[in-house]
Amino acid sequence: MEAIEKIKEVAAQAMSGAKVEIINSTPAAQQPALLVDREHIYGVAKFFKEDPRFQMDFCSCVTAVDYPAKADKPGCIEVVYHLYSVAQKHGPLVLKVRAPREIDLCRVPSLTPLWRGCEFQEREAYDLFGVKFDGHPDLRRILMWDEFTDHPMRKDYVPPPDYEWEPTPHDETLDRAIQEGGITPPTAREELEKEKAKKK
Amino acid sequence: MAVDEGLKSELQKQGVFILPFEQLYNWGRKSSIWPLQFGLACCAIEMIASAASRYDLARFGAEVFRATPRQADLMIVAGTVTKKMAPQVARLYNQMPEPKYCIAMGACAISGGPFKDGYNVLKGIDRFVPVDVHIPGCPPRPEALIHAIMTLQRKIANQHLDKEQRPRWYDKNAASEYPIPAFGEHDLQPPANRDLWEPPRHYRDVTLDEVKKA
Amino acid sequence: MIQPLTEEKRYTLTPGSEGLIETQTLEVSIGPQHPSTHGVFRMDCTLDGETVVALKPVMGYLHRNHEQLAERMVWLGSMPYTDRLDYFCSMTNNWAYALAVEKLTGIKVPERADYIRVIMSELTRLQNHTCVIGFMLQDLGAWGTPLLYAFRERERILDVFEAVSGSRMMCNYMRFGGVRVNMTENDLAAAKDIVARYPRFLDEFEKLLTTNEVLLMRTQRIGVLPKELAINASITGPMARASGVEYDVRKVDNYGVYGRFDFRVPVGDAGDVYDRYYVRVLEMRESIKILQQALRDIPQGPHIAPEVKLRNFKIPPGDGYGRIEAPKGELGFYLVSDEGGKQPYRYHVRPPSFINLTTLEDMCLGHKVADVVIILGSIDIVLGEVDR
Repeated sequence: MEAIEKIKEVAAQAMSGAKVEIINSTPAAQQPALLVDREHIYGVAKFFKEDPRFQMDFCSCVTAVDYPAKADKPGCIEVVYHLYSVAQKHGPLVLKVRAPREIDLCRVPSLTPLWRGCEFQEREAYDLFGVKFDGHPDLRRILMWDEFTDHPMRKDYVPPPDYEWEPTPHDETLDRAIQEGGITPPTAREELEKEKAKKK
Repeated sequence: MAVDEGLKSELQKQGVFILPFEQLYNWGRKSSIWPLQFGLACCAIEMIASAASRYDLARFGAEVFRATPRQADLMIVAGTVTKKMAPQVARLYNQMPEPKYCIAMGACAISGGPFKDGYNVLKGIDRFVPVDVHIPGCPPRPEALIHAIMTLQRKIANQHLDKEQRPRWYDKNAASEYPIPAFGEHDLQPPANRDLWEPPRHYRDVTLDEVKKA
Repeated sequence: MIQPLTEEKRYTLTPGSEGLIETQTLEVSIGPQHPSTHGVFRMDCTLDGETVVALKPVMGYLHRNHEQLAERMVWLGSMPYTDRLDYFCSMTNNWAYALAVEKLTGIKVPERADYIRVIMSELTRLQNHTCVIGFMLQDLGAWGTPLLYAFRERERILDVFEAVSGSRMMCNYMRFGGVRVNMTENDLAAAKDIVARYPRFLDEFEKLLTTNEVLLMRTQRIGVLPKELAINASITGPMARASGVEYDVRKVDNYGVYGRFDFRVPVGDAGDVYDRYYVRVLEMRESIKILQQALRDIPQGPHIAPEVKLRNFKIPPGDGYGRIEAPKGELGFYLVSDEGGKQPYRYHVRPPSFINLTTLEDMCLGHKVADVVIILGSIDIVLGEVDR
């Protein structure tokens, strides 16, 4: 396959108005990705599928990554597509698309009409991250039960307060054990007793 | 009524056996335990391997793995029980007729195992179902499963039929069906069956208020 | 003499009786506990009599949030968890993860380690395909005989795994840059012994199965998957190759030292259950060829790249996708590393079994309920991988 800069130009030419950027990966990996904006991702993906130079007829992996907001960057959820070609045996071509993190605004066009293999993987991204895919034939939860309301793979997910009291709890488990359970594990008990002894 | 040992052996040579009815009853039950074909995850493969030719489980009476809980005596919970699956496990246990036993095979069935920190992992099947034998290991070797079946056989052999010491299933008033959890918005409702399972003892004793008061 | 298949006669209503017979569709939920599912997998079938009208797979009964656990551990810490993904084939899962990390960091693996990896991977493929055929025939009603034969051979291979890595199933053997322990001469001799005996076992297996009339009648023209749908639905592995897709990651990506071995990739044409069975048999024979060459040519040398640190292993920020040809299909790992570099920021497994289930409904429509079970068996799913 050609160099990523050339691919970017070809894609930008083919879909007028598309904003395409290159995101590099580690120096050893040599797997740069094309970041496309939400409005044009379907068109760009369709172009790569049908153009005879690329013929990316095989969508191998679809996943989502959660980037919470930081001081300099707004938060986003990034959906990543890895495309390969069975006809020409080349690849991977990595496409990325970003959506805002808020639950109601987190929508991305679905690429399931182009590649049927995206169906289950997009459902999983919806289940675990909360990304809604417009145009998906059957978007519902796949791994968690239907009544579940959270999106567990997000970075700000808080697990329910049912967790095993460990023999030697530490860090978060210890804090939660004291706050929510009202229970003092033995190590904390010793420290409290030391404090009492000091006060006396 | 204790029978003289010498008399017993003389009669045995003639082909006459004298033993308490309880022993006969338990011998019949322990030598023909039929497990339920119920493998959840990796431990299920070791369960199948222990039923295969090298570690033959049929020698111990577990001749056929029944597909339906209505015909099975033993439920070997082999593998991680997730919260999505927990109601089905409880339902299957309820559908088994008494006397029924449960073996928790592998670290995941005992306490959640390596996946203990999971949002979907039930931290031990003994939260909803009474467990008779626990087998540690990840996965336990087939020999460990055979050892567990033998332990269960010893446990069955020691069960009494008389009024004071009879087991749960012989008691008309004891429950043989356990409540099935429902799917809640964040977790199972209830997260554990408090009649069967309590968090480990030594944290429940002391509450923070008590310590601060003292 | 094998008779050719005749056209199935559909039940036809007598003329003039349309509208007099009222039927209802029946919704049956097969699973999650059922003797013929390969783990806790549920299928909601809508049946018209015995014919399947709709089928919705329901999964998640073994969702153990492997991906979230990996975000809390260091890179090497999730290697034992990869064993538990496809719990039949722990060696190939380990290799896929090690390959993805090596791709991100550019670690060079020494030759002997690569040969050991190929040997372990092909042994895994042998025992996986044998057991899959055993399970499929168990579902067909052969009630355990092929399964017991399969497990007899699998036990011999597991002995080698135990001698090499210490555990029968959850081997945790591969490390970034090589393998954990070197293979001794005893282990190589044991592997050579297995490879020498396997063709005879395969011949015996095939004599009983490949031309078996019952197998032919029950599996030919059942669960047909057309080639275009296979490519479009991202089907990989023996299931895709049985439909005519000539794609084997070992040949396309040439990872490890697979480029040095002379082996063919069997491709079917009908895409039905029988083809998937036969493609696996042929793949076993090719694996034996690879094993013979690898065991003959394995060089001496280190078993792990010496510059790889086991503690404080860091990966520069970036993301990457590494994949191998696991026995079930293309197993890939997508890893994202952030500035800290010590823990994965995002760790995603591309599971072949999960994606191969996409076309389950398409393949089952119009067939009977008993065929659904066989079609599921021929897809070869493992729930640890489907649900992660």
